[in-house]
Amino acid sequence: MFWTVTRTILEGCGQAGKLFFFTLLFALPLGLVIAFGSMSKWRPFRVTGRFQPLCRLGTRFPKLAAWRPVSMLTDVFVWIIRGTPLMLQLIIIFYTPGKLLPQNPWNNFSDGRMFACIVAFVINYACYFSVIYRGGIEGVPAGQREAGEVLGMTRSQIFFKVTLLQMVKRVVPPMSNEIITLVKDTSLARIIAITEIIKAGESFSKSAGIVWPLYYTAVFYLAFVGVLTILFRYIERRLSYFK
Amino acid sequence: MAILEVQNIEKHFGATKVLKDISFSMEQGQAIAIIGSSGSGKTTLLRCLNFLETPDRGRIAVNGDVLFDAADPATQRENEIRKKRLHFGMVFQSFNLFPQYTALENVTLAGRLLAQERPDFKSRKKEIFAEIEDHGRELLARMGLADRQGHYPHQLSGGQQQRVAIARALALKPDILCFDEPTSALDPELTGEVLKVIRSLAEEKTTMIIVTHEMAFARDVADQVIFMDKGVIVEQGQAKQVIEHPQQERTKQFLFQYSEG
Repeated sequence: MFWTVTRTILEGCGQAGKLFFFTLLFALPLGLVIAFGSMSKWRPFRVTGRFQPLCRLGTRFPKLAAWRPVSMLTDVFVWIIRGTPLMLQLIIIFYTPGKLLPQNPWNNFSDGRMFACIVAFVINYACYFSVIYRGGIEGVPAGQREAGEVLGMTRSQIFFKVTLLQMVKRVVPPMSNEIITLVKDTSLARIIAITEIIKAGESFSKSAGIVWPLYYTAVFYLAFVGVLTILFRYIERRLSYFK
Repeated sequence: MAILEVQNIEKHFGATKVLKDISFSMEQGQAIAIIGSSGSGKTTLLRCLNFLETPDRGRIAVNGDVLFDAADPATQRENEIRKKRLHFGMVFQSFNLFPQYTALENVTLAGRLLAQERPDFKSRKKEIFAEIEDHGRELLARMGLADRQGHYPHQLSGGQQQRVAIARALALKPDILCFDEPTSALDPELTGEVLKVIRSLAEEKTTMIIVTHEMAFARDVADQVIFMDKGVIVEQGQAKQVIEHPQQERTKQFLFQYSEG
């Protein structure tokens, strides 16, 4: 029995691992894009801008001149995603298209449930990551950017050669928190009937009338998180050569 | 011809006028010290020269080339500003070394990145990088840091960090080197080693603008001294003349406070 249970839970781990891996793969870069959106200083009605008609509006309405639409839209989006439960987002993303269209478009994919689940997780986690990234970027002293500018570096050179690594160093501890939370959030996937770890363990209470497999799943989460903890400690140590 | 000509520079931050009608010029090989109390606009002036701030009015010309003219938007394109900045070097009060690079890498980074824009970069990459590195080593040696090339900034004292920053600014061979209170963040014991380096640069006739609170240093090292107060140049002249025999009442007052302190 023990081996049957272990094998079933390991299959659940496979699903959870897949969800975990693809969420990170897409959410890590997407979070950076959202962070840049949120920090965007683009003000179309800026008074000294190049596009004259909009500027005239800016002169008449000073509040409009300070308006940063990209930044505002991103902030609203992040607010909505962070302000609602991931479980609800999962349900909406998986079921709503099927309600609006004649058939559920997710079913066009070989593993539509998992695909929808990854999409929901990526959006959700990218928003959380973006806030961490923004803190990391804004935490790099302005003097670093200025030193780069004065040395004739381009904006992208300054970001990639000067800011990025300092940002990474700053964000590793909060990101490790968030990524560990992600491991446990994979259990939400069962709401759209994905057999992740908990669902796999719980299945035995119905089929065989035993409860211990559910408790036993904790071991797998702990092992997963243990490996991550070691990994993060390693990264932190690798980045400790500078301050 | 003057190497640097600054004409009628004005700068506001919101409703505050930080610089009011600043004009001065300097010759190749001269060192100018700018003195004045905090908030007098000294730092803002340096930042305007380095394009870290955009003046609201006025012109800046180097070697007769108009680099900036507030009335002419064509002089304010971002990509050109990047090139124009290279006429000026900047040494910051807080050093601003890149913490993730060694002393030598700090000095050579910008040169290596700029080299990528050279037409012969692909064919001579190795030679070019070797030249940049040799030059970097040479500069660090001149700063008395030959044995500190591989150290990271946090492993260096404040004075050593500032000397690396000076080498980094010199590496791109600017026409004019700007110092923004280079010793204000240092312990008195470490101030001396940085001032010594700046002094030796002055002896080699490096064109420099130094914002400083070290009056004796300004008197001995600079050719000219500019005294600023509330965004205007109150007095300007030969260094010894201004510091020992100031003409303006405000300058006398300011220098008197220093002799008291």
